Amino acid sequence: MSATNAVVRRGDRVFSGFAYGSGIAILVVLAAVAVFLIAQSLPAVTATPSQVNQGGMSFWEYLLPLTFGTIWAAALSLIFAVPLSLGIALFISHYAPRRLAGVLGNVVDLLAAVPSVVYGLWGITVLAPSIQPIYEWMTVNLGWIPFFSGPVSGTGRTILTVAIVLAVMIIPIISALCREVFLQTPRLNEEAALALGATKWEMVRMAVLPFGRAGIVSAVMLGLGRALGETMAVAMVLSPSVIISFFLLRSENPTTIAANIALNFPEAHDIGVNILIATGLLLFIITLVINGIARLIISKRAAFSGANS
Amino acid sequence: MTDLTYSRHRRSVRRTVVDRLMRVLVILAFVIALVPLVSLVAMTIAKGLNRFDGEFFSSSMRNIVGAGGGGLHALVGTLEVTLAAAIISIPIGIMTAIYLVEYGRGRLAKSITFLIDVMTGIPSIVAGLFAFALFALFFGPGIRFGLGGAIALSLLMIPVVVRSTEEMLRIVPNSLREASYALGVPKWLTIVKVVLPTSIGGIITGVVIAIARVIGETAPLLIIAGLSTSLNYDLFHDRMTTLPVFVYTQYTNQGADAQAYIDRAWTGALVLMLLVIALNIIARVLAKVLSPKGAR
Amino acid sequence: MNITRSGRVATIVAASAITALALAGCASNESNPTKSPSNLSGTFAGAGSSAQGSAQEAWIAAFQTDNPKVTISYDPAGSGAGREQFIAGGVAFAGSDSYLSDEELAKTFAACAPGTKPFEVPNYISPIAVIFNVEGVTELNLDATVLADIFSGKITKWNDAAIAALNSGVTLPDLAITAVHRSDDSGTTKNFTDYLNKVAPDAWTNAAAGVFPFTSGEGANGTSGLVDAVKNGKGTIGYADLSKAGGLSVAKIKVGDTFVAPTEKGASTAVASATVVEGRDASDLAFKIDRNLTDPNAYPLILVSYLIGCQQYADPSIGELVKAYAGYIVSEAGQAAGAAAVGLAPLTAELSKQASDIIAAIK
Repeated sequence: MSATNAVVRRGDRVFSGFAYGSGIAILVVLAAVAVFLIAQSLPAVTATPSQVNQGGMSFWEYLLPLTFGTIWAAALSLIFAVPLSLGIALFISHYAPRRLAGVLGNVVDLLAAVPSVVYGLWGITVLAPSIQPIYEWMTVNLGWIPFFSGPVSGTGRTILTVAIVLAVMIIPIISALCREVFLQTPRLNEEAALALGATKWEMVRMAVLPFGRAGIVSAVMLGLGRALGETMAVAMVLSPSVIISFFLLRSENPTTIAANIALNFPEAHDIGVNILIATGLLLFIITLVINGIARLIISKRAAFSGANS
Repeated sequence: MTDLTYSRHRRSVRRTVVDRLMRVLVILAFVIALVPLVSLVAMTIAKGLNRFDGEFFSSSMRNIVGAGGGGLHALVGTLEVTLAAAIISIPIGIMTAIYLVEYGRGRLAKSITFLIDVMTGIPSIVAGLFAFALFALFFGPGIRFGLGGAIALSLLMIPVVVRSTEEMLRIVPNSLREASYALGVPKWLTIVKVVLPTSIGGIITGVVIAIARVIGETAPLLIIAGLSTSLNYDLFHDRMTTLPVFVYTQYTNQGADAQAYIDRAWTGALVLMLLVIALNIIARVLAKVLSPKGAR
Repeated sequence: MNITRSGRVATIVAASAITALALAGCASNESNPTKSPSNLSGTFAGAGSSAQGSAQEAWIAAFQTDNPKVTISYDPAGSGAGREQFIAGGVAFAGSDSYLSDEELAKTFAACAPGTKPFEVPNYISPIAVIFNVEGVTELNLDATVLADIFSGKITKWNDAAIAALNSGVTLPDLAITAVHRSDDSGTTKNFTDYLNKVAPDAWTNAAAGVFPFTSGEGANGTSGLVDAVKNGKGTIGYADLSKAGGLSVAKIKVGDTFVAPTEKGASTAVASATVVEGRDASDLAFKIDRNLTDPNAYPLILVSYLIGCQQYADPSIGELVKAYAGYIVSEAGQAAGAAAVGLAPLTAELSKQASDIIAAIK
């Protein structure tokens, strides 16, 4: 009896030790990543303009346009992605016939997993050439809006194209999450709205959207996080410069941190590597903040809505 | 009186119009979003089929200049690197989740939860930079090998596995655990025999989705796994090409006969997409087959 | 229930194992021929110039066919990366679009025997073509000043008076110019900007640099990225190795008083009149190219790329392999194979002999 007890206890100890060890391993790995990133970034602060190798920019002047480009591209993509994702999510959750909705839901989930290099290949070989004539038309007819003023890029490899590719990438993610949230709307709320004589849209506006507001925000934040860190699709499509520019259709476009690392890492020497790693750290911090906000909103929602009980 | 009917009538017309309009807008949003997505899939299939042949799956790029050749070496590399990443991440991920749900209390558990959140935010290229710098420290800056890629990928995979497993473990009702304890079953056996089997369907789905998520990663592998034109089965030595890197390099390093390279890139993309879709379908099937009857 | 579930797991595991086994076969193009003509064996890697990339691909293919037990990989990561990895000992040889700087030469080379220095020989010479894509225009004459103004963003329309002046009889459209440059650090850019700076110093005041000095114009990654951008764009102009120009129109540039189209022969002629950089080892064949040639048979907008390795390797077995491979590259057979595969300008017989002698001394 006592022998089996000892075995049992040893089993317990080994198993809990293993679980504990795994948790500690994560602490250690992340500490290693943080230490390495910071240690490797520090030398970059002292980099001279000639080492930065960007037409006499200092290290801090180099960070600014990259940060701008990263956030600008991601924000632009949200302008396309959010309304379309909400549309898709609502269509699947409340408008489409039930059987069709199931199939569509699965298809959207699959698209969320398509590798980014495939999106990049599509963006550069299919989207950019076919959208260039539209850009040309826009500079001619809408050029009075500052964002669309020319001279138009002859290749279509502009920040707007990148934003569209990013939007196409994150639409499946945002809409899949939103759809889940919309489907969780308590049926009682929906039926109550309909019983009061609301039209379908009024029901959606009064019952579904308010219920899902926090979920929508966190889904959008997650999509934004993905867009900020996206590397290959931007690297393959964009015509990059290290500048701050709000023009959407010109050849000169602000590049993003992730794409800038991917394109320049192979050629980087000595302190150049440190500079790129420092930009990586910056990207890490930006995504961290975004994800943090998303988590905060999710946890609030979990606390206040009774839906998950 | 007539005024009132009139206004009520007008409002209901307005409401109907708004309702119709929103219905049209929702459907329109759906259709607009469908255009690029359908174009993406259609193009990948149409262009990928050009080289979707026996040769693509039976040869590498060794000694190939221009047309011909294939992606066998990249396919093998992808499978090996991803498998290695899975072998590293799955035990750590699942055990961490078990720790968080079954054992973890207090500050340590809180900080691990927070760090998992931090990890989800690591951009993939930063994971690659980390793996590279880690191994460059020991083996010099020329280090390129498959296992390094696997380690970079596990950095991306572990948080996904932890999150999904955690969620699955949390929905196992406490009454099951208590019943087991009441029978005198020790805690670890309760977890292994009761908690895990109950949630195994969801856990495996989460794992497979995590695999699907990292199998298409390009940037970290470009940095640490490198590229080679030959087959390499050895994760520990020499460069190893994976499918996403193959697609990227075929596109960016086109030779004189550019079309042959572009065709191979598209076929690589198609194979990659099929792999991801297959993994997703496997996840669904496993979830259905393995989850105990009645649950869900 | 539990048993059936684990049974299913077992089936799934078995099925995936079978799939894995099926994949573990040999690649059909990698099976060894029955008789082996050479007993060299081993694996080594090179890295560097992406311009050399497809030529290296062709050379590796030919060399590995003759020496089936040898595996060579070449990573076209860029000249700077290649030189750095070679210095640090990460790769056995580097391909580089510019020769080692004095600063780099002073470093310790980790792959080489202690105290020994590297060798450098030109192995890839290619004319840089100015490519453009303008509807209705197939022939275009340009001089260095106009090229400099186009790429620095001073000339923005195809029907600009400066371009028209060089192209009488050609109808130039009223179309915006999209000048495409390499967004990565590249030897092609370095040679292109060196040409502009040397021939039109007033219009192009920046010294030669691997990173394009302006933020204006359109950037594209790598040679293929640039060629694709020019090909798929409208009113685009760019610069790339002639062999990569594909079906695009190629501009003639002004040499002396005539307009010359890029040819391999023109490139070889330009190299023949180049001078060797002074004050280096006899095994260091670094060339200074005269961009201001006036000989109408020469095309001075060229890229000379070098093969860099150790005179004496720390590991003699690697030395033997590199010696054989490098010897093949600079041999007339190797250069002819390169010309056939990617259209490089072969080394002249004299230069090929010089390079072969240097390589024959590798230990």
